[in-house]
Amino acid sequence: MGQEIHTIIIGGGPAGLAAAIRLGRHHRVLILEKEAECGGKLNQWDKLFPDFEDAKTVRQTLLQRLPENVTVQTSANVTEVAQESGKWKVTLQNGETHIAPTLLLATGFEPFNAIRKEEYGYGIYPNVITSVELESMIAKGEILTREGKKPQSVAYIQCVGSRDEKVGNHFCSVNCCICAVKQSIEVKQLLPQANQFCFYMDLRMSGRNYEERYRESQEKYHVNFIRGRVSETSVTANNQILVKAEDTLLSRPIKMKVDLLVLMVGMEPSPSTRQFAEKLGISDPYGYFVSQNSETADNATVHKGLFVAGSAKRPMPVPQALKEGEAAACEIAGYLSDNL
Amino acid sequence: MKSFGFNLKPTRTYDIDTQNDLCAEIAEKVPSFRQCMFCGSCSGTCSAATHVDFHILQYNILFRRGLQSEIADKLDQCMLCGKCGMVCPRGVNTRAMIMEIRKILSNHAK
Ligand code: SF4
Ligand code: SF4
Ligand code: SF4
Repeated sequence: MGQEIHTIIIGGGPAGLAAAIRLGRHHRVLILEKEAECGGKLNQWDKLFPDFEDAKTVRQTLLQRLPENVTVQTSANVTEVAQESGKWKVTLQNGETHIAPTLLLATGFEPFNAIRKEEYGYGIYPNVITSVELESMIAKGEILTREGKKPQSVAYIQCVGSRDEKVGNHFCSVNCCICAVKQSIEVKQLLPQANQFCFYMDLRMSGRNYEERYRESQEKYHVNFIRGRVSETSVTANNQILVKAEDTLLSRPIKMKVDLLVLMVGMEPSPSTRQFAEKLGISDPYGYFVSQNSETADNATVHKGLFVAGSAKRPMPVPQALKEGEAAACEIAGYLSDNL
Repeated sequence: MKSFGFNLKPTRTYDIDTQNDLCAEIAEKVPSFRQCMFCGSCSGTCSAATHVDFHILQYNILFRRGLQSEIADKLDQCMLCGKCGMVCPRGVNTRAMIMEIRKILSNHAK
């Protein structure tokens, strides 16, 4: 790139791409993506709640909208970011450096590692899987237990790795309630005979069509919602999972055997998010980025020229991450016109 | 057997796998049965519950979980006044639900 770059964006997921689409119209932008292709977690997802939009189509649309001024560098592993004489210097693993007056961190999240909730048996009992694994089964159109059978009963556990002091995460991951509703609908479409149970503490359905889909999952897809956090699981001789919880609306312990148990894993800051948050002193207690002001400067940080966007700040659904990227682009454009 | 002067209490845990699921049966007659979100508005407004030990939401859930034997004689205390249906935010036809549960239970008792 011969001319000076205005903005470096680390992370080519929804927030980073959305920011580049806006900024790239009038500024030169460089996206550094650590994976082999852009799209972030969209690449691991099949359909999006609530309209069952195809994640690949969303990703494709974003990539097509990138203006010419945007350069994308994939497999670019950023090891260091530092402020240097009023600019931001980014160093890659291969020693390459890039400098720009503004830097946007859109380094995203990673799914909670369910092995840490040992009482749910993930990694121990073969028929305990995560929502991420279920999503790829749904994408293939085939839901099978480890023994290769179609499950007759499926249970979902909400809030795995979220709202749980035991794993150090007090926060709600926002996306897992809606994900359970979405996946239980899709599973029922693929396995019309299956009985489904969803163990929840609260069902958080706060967007357009969210509550409607929840209602639909009950009315049309007969999902049984049971209020109570599963306390433990064990395995039976034929690899079914025995689930124990309190049916809190009856004040009575409940147990059941299911063929497949799905853990709705929460969202934690990605390793890069944690690393930069700590290095730059903008970390919240969990390792997410803290903006300058959550009301009036939610994409700026305490550092001049440094901006943050998307699920590296806190868990959020895809549409919000896209808006985040656009909002960050506005703040960056304003900063550039004031300072250049 | 030698008596030690105590015996074991039966477990309070209920095993949903061994219960008789009659949800499909009632939902066929009262489709709105599936719409319930267990908010408790019905119980809160119930004229019977003000005076006697009567919990319409609880009986609804016991029925859903297949624990019908526990509510067999309870629903008779309902006056079928319909107040619960007036407040239900999910449009459950609670009175029809109660009458239908009564019918199903008496049929199954036969
Ligand atoms: S979105 Fe739902 S499942 Fe996820 S942490 Fe929040 S309450 Fe729990
Ligand atoms: S119809 Fe029965 S359950 Fe409903 S408010 Fe009246 S007495 Fe209570
Ligand atoms: S008021 Fe309606 S939705 Fe609420 S618990 Fe009663 S029947 Fe269910």
